[in-house]
Amino acid sequence: MFNTRHTLVALVEDKPGVLNRVASLFRRRDFNIESLAVGRSEQLGLSRMTVVVGGDSAKVEQVRKQLDKLINVVKVTDITGEDIVTRELALIKVKATASTRSEIIQIVDIFRANIVDVASDSLTVEVTGDEDKVNSLLELLRGFGIKEVSRTGRIALTRGAI
Amino acid sequence: MKKTGAQILCESLIREGVEVIFGILGGAVLPIYDTFPQYPQLRHILVRHEQGAAHAADGYARAVHKAGVCIATSGPGATNLVTGIANAYMDSSPMVAITGQVARPFIGKDAFQEADITGITLPITKHNYLVAGAAELAKTIKEAFHIAQTGRPGPVLIDIPRDVQEEKAEFVYPDKVDLPGYKFVSKGHSVQIKRAVKLLKEAARPVIIAGRGIIISQAYDELKELAEKAQIPVINTLLGIGAFPGDHVLNFGMLGMHGLAYANLAVQNADVVIAIGMRFDDRATANTKDFAPQASIIHIDIDPAEIGKNVPIDIPIVGDVKSVLKAMNKEIESRNHLDWLSQLEQWRSEHPSLEIRQNDGLLPQYVIRQISEATRGDAIIVTGVGQNQMWAAQHYIYTKPNSLISSGGLGTMGFELPAAIGAKVGRPEETVWCVAGDGGFQMTIQELATIAQENIAIKIAIINNGYLGMVRQWQELFYQHRYVDTKLWNPDFVQIAEAYDIPGVRVKHREEVIPAIQKAMDYPGPFLIDFIVEPEENVYPMVQPGESLSQILELPKPEVPSKY
Ligand SMILES: Cc1ncc(C[n+]2csc(CCOP(=O)(O)OP(=O)(O)O)c2C)c(N)n1
Ligand SMILES: [Mg+2]
Repeated sequence: MFNTRHTLVALVEDKPGVLNRVASLFRRRDFNIESLAVGRSEQLGLSRMTVVVGGDSAKVEQVRKQLDKLINVVKVTDITGEDIVTRELALIKVKATASTRSEIIQIVDIFRANIVDVASDSLTVEVTGDEDKVNSLLELLRGFGIKEVSRTGRIALTRGAI
Repeated sequence: MKKTGAQILCESLIREGVEVIFGILGGAVLPIYDTFPQYPQLRHILVRHEQGAAHAADGYARAVHKAGVCIATSGPGATNLVTGIANAYMDSSPMVAITGQVARPFIGKDAFQEADITGITLPITKHNYLVAGAAELAKTIKEAFHIAQTGRPGPVLIDIPRDVQEEKAEFVYPDKVDLPGYKFVSKGHSVQIKRAVKLLKEAARPVIIAGRGIIISQAYDELKELAEKAQIPVINTLLGIGAFPGDHVLNFGMLGMHGLAYANLAVQNADVVIAIGMRFDDRATANTKDFAPQASIIHIDIDPAEIGKNVPIDIPIVGDVKSVLKAMNKEIESRNHLDWLSQLEQWRSEHPSLEIRQNDGLLPQYVIRQISEATRGDAIIVTGVGQNQMWAAQHYIYTKPNSLISSGGLGTMGFELPAAIGAKVGRPEETVWCVAGDGGFQMTIQELATIAQENIAIKIAIINNGYLGMVRQWQELFYQHRYVDTKLWNPDFVQIAEAYDIPGVRVKHREEVIPAIQKAMDYPGPFLIDFIVEPEENVYPMVQPGESLSQILELPKPEVPSKY
């Protein structure tokens, strides 16, 4: 019954209002959604949603069952503790001057991230990885002055065969 | 041939076997109402408030085991349905609510009488729809009825923009639904059933807790077979009343906050609890930390989300109650639990929770008992919420399946009158008594006009204690008698009834009770009795909030036990 972070993956119908139904259910059952990412899945008309929430296992299992009852939710699994691949993408606009630019580029290289935009006083970095990697890079860039950050939130799949 | 959206709606409702619709008109449903005359097989009952339409549809649904239908216009009409929809949702009552919406080009423009009713009802419907075009309508209605009436039933709302009602489309009623995300398990898992049977075989002190799921699944015979074969005493929840005959030797009554002392004691001392079609509501379990502390719990329910939600379960069986009980009954062995049953009988005599004390005044318990006698426990009782509800649950002996209709989960005052209308419309051959609180009655009192207009022959018993009685009881017990704003100034209910062309009498004394009830029963139409009862009578037994089912307050002890 520990308070841990859970990753729920839901296959949902791609219809208006579905995101609202899912989000509303978390709110009603007193959950704070840490991140939510949604996009088309491999099946026509179905989207895959990855939701990260904190809570004890019994509570999360309760909300999972409630989600499963939503008519537009085809399937929902709590993949926490399973062998999974998780990724997040972040765009980071960091201040850059003539003197700091090369140092930033070095850091970005170490993280195998990319520079996707260069301006006279800033660089925009694109990074993919698990949250830890994104957090570490952000931490390192903080010293240069971060202007804007946009993160997608976690997406996840279980490894290997289903 | 192409038909208008309104015609498609009516045709589809007929295909779903709908006979009655409760509603009120308004701008956004005018095209629908305008087509009603083309479909005389659809009876529309004009109510006086949309809340009444929803409760009537709910009462109808509970009485006839199929979806009740209500209809309201956009905006205020739709929002007035909300309480009734929430009520149906909490008690798993099948309902299809149809609302008009502003025409499609106006949606999102804050148009006149626009309300986002699908957004508003999101957490209180099993599902809802905003219909995008007439071509989608037939499929939507098919799905709505399927969802409302199968699995764990519940309300479904269909919001239909006004221009969709007028738009023409080809009408083909689908014979199948395609809902990949909708599933429910009917058959219980055989391994779990075997485990349950084994546990019951070893049980020395088993009890059944029967909930509304048995009524929804109409598993009366299966429950009886299980109880009789294995000689297991049956306790029921409030909404489980009518799942098992009230006069059966194995019936030990309702558990919970106002449950009978011996029912609560049975649960607290049981070694196996088999909970069937119930959801461990806090009013039934009291403090869950000390609920059935010695028992292993078997839980049978069609909704997997109910398993382990409030109380840890030892053997969960997800499935339709009827199918699961059938499977269990095949394997269950005959047993007797003579010691346990005689222990329960002993508690019953030591704790005569149904004894009505001798009193010069008019006691509400006595009134209910007399209605029970006069109808031989054979009527459908529809209650309000509060003390009247608890007395009706305790003191009426329900001998017939599915004979109590009450707002359990939401506890909606004002449910009684419109729900009784719905029940009577659904089962016109039955005697329907509406047991109303003087407070709750005034929340939907305008439906007297519906009763008069449609000549709906229900019998109304107002338990008039001059108080918001249940709240007053809490003020007496937990707020040191400070009766803040619970005293009611009441109108003359008999005169009110008369103004609606409904005859009535006032009863103030014990000896007038039986003749008044007889008069009501003999009268061929609706009738009202205003019972002026002891104003400060309390409901006992009582388990105080936060305490366990074992801590039963039985005061006041009967002074002189009367015949009843
Ligand atoms: C719509 C609504 N409002 C408020 C309450 C809170 N409440 C519960 S019981 C009760 C008193 C009911 O009074 P009455 O209808 O006279 O019934 P009595 O308890 O006196 O039998 C109240 C106000 C409620 N259950 N429903
Ligand atoms: Mg009252």
